[in-house]
Amino acid sequence: MGVLENKFNDNIVVGSLDKFLSWSRSTSPWFFQFGLACCAIEMMATAAARHDLERIGMMPRSSPRQADVMIVAGTVTMKMALRVKKLYEQMANPKYVISMGSCATSGGPYWQHGYHVLKGVDLVVPVDVYVPGCPPRPEALIEGLLKLQQLISDERPLTRKLA
Amino acid sequence: MNRSEIQSLIEEKFPNSLIVNENLQGNQIEIDGQFWKDIATFLKNDPKLLFDQLECITGIDTGDDGPLQSRYNLHSMELRHKIEVIISLDRDNPSVESIEQIWRIGDWFERETYDMFGIVYEGHRDLRRILCPDDWEGWPLRKDYELQETYHGIMVPKVKEEEGWE
Repeated sequence: MGVLENKFNDNIVVGSLDKFLSWSRSTSPWFFQFGLACCAIEMMATAAARHDLERIGMMPRSSPRQADVMIVAGTVTMKMALRVKKLYEQMANPKYVISMGSCATSGGPYWQHGYHVLKGVDLVVPVDVYVPGCPPRPEALIEGLLKLQQLISDERPLTRKLA
Repeated sequence: MNRSEIQSLIEEKFPNSLIVNENLQGNQIEIDGQFWKDIATFLKNDPKLLFDQLECITGIDTGDDGPLQSRYNLHSMELRHKIEVIISLDRDNPSVESIEQIWRIGDWFERETYDMFGIVYEGHRDLRRILCPDDWEGWPLRKDYELQETYHGIMVPKVKEEEGWE
């Protein structure tokens, strides 16, 4: 911070508000607690004591109004697709989506003959991070979440982007 | 009580209700659909039969222009015998009397068979789809099922290579 450095008392940190905002967002992305299939079991394991998501600032919220991240964990049926879309629309900005497992990403084992399965959740909501696996282990989901944190901390919410 | 004894009891009570079919196996019997509700009441309440448990209702599409079938697996807890009742239905207008008020579990079983095969259970008090969305088109487990292309604007069969999806 060049000229401003060491001009204040010891307990004052000078920095860019832009970076501060994205830092605070990236270190507390609360995720929306809902599961659709077996991936949800792994998601629960990830949030539970052994893998303990709260150490990277994530905690499950039961309402879309309070959540920043939606983890689509499992097979999205056509019936559920409309509801997933509605839940996504109910979340407040900024919002992020993680597609967890091969069903949510591409339809997985239902790709060819599953008449009832949505072939990828990116057909209804924009996805930020795809986590492969069937289902992904908690380590894989954590890597996806860290990638998402990286993505968020690279954002500059106050900087107007010049085309 | 084995199949032939059960058959003769039904034949005695409801003449001409049984359909002779050489391909039946084990404990299967085929009956005429128009007697079904009376026969079901009889099967449940007759002291020699006492089929108090409806285990399953299955729909079967026999393919090509063959009939649809509605099959009922019955079991008697009391007397420990089993029977499978087969009813063949017209493909263009499949309907059969509902036994939902005889065995209450039949409620959801019939809704499921209706959902998958479009078999209409006459007299069912709440015949809606149970698994597919209410506004889904077609009957998925029929052999001539054609998948609809879009559902509320969402593409259903995503063909990545051919249709220009990226």
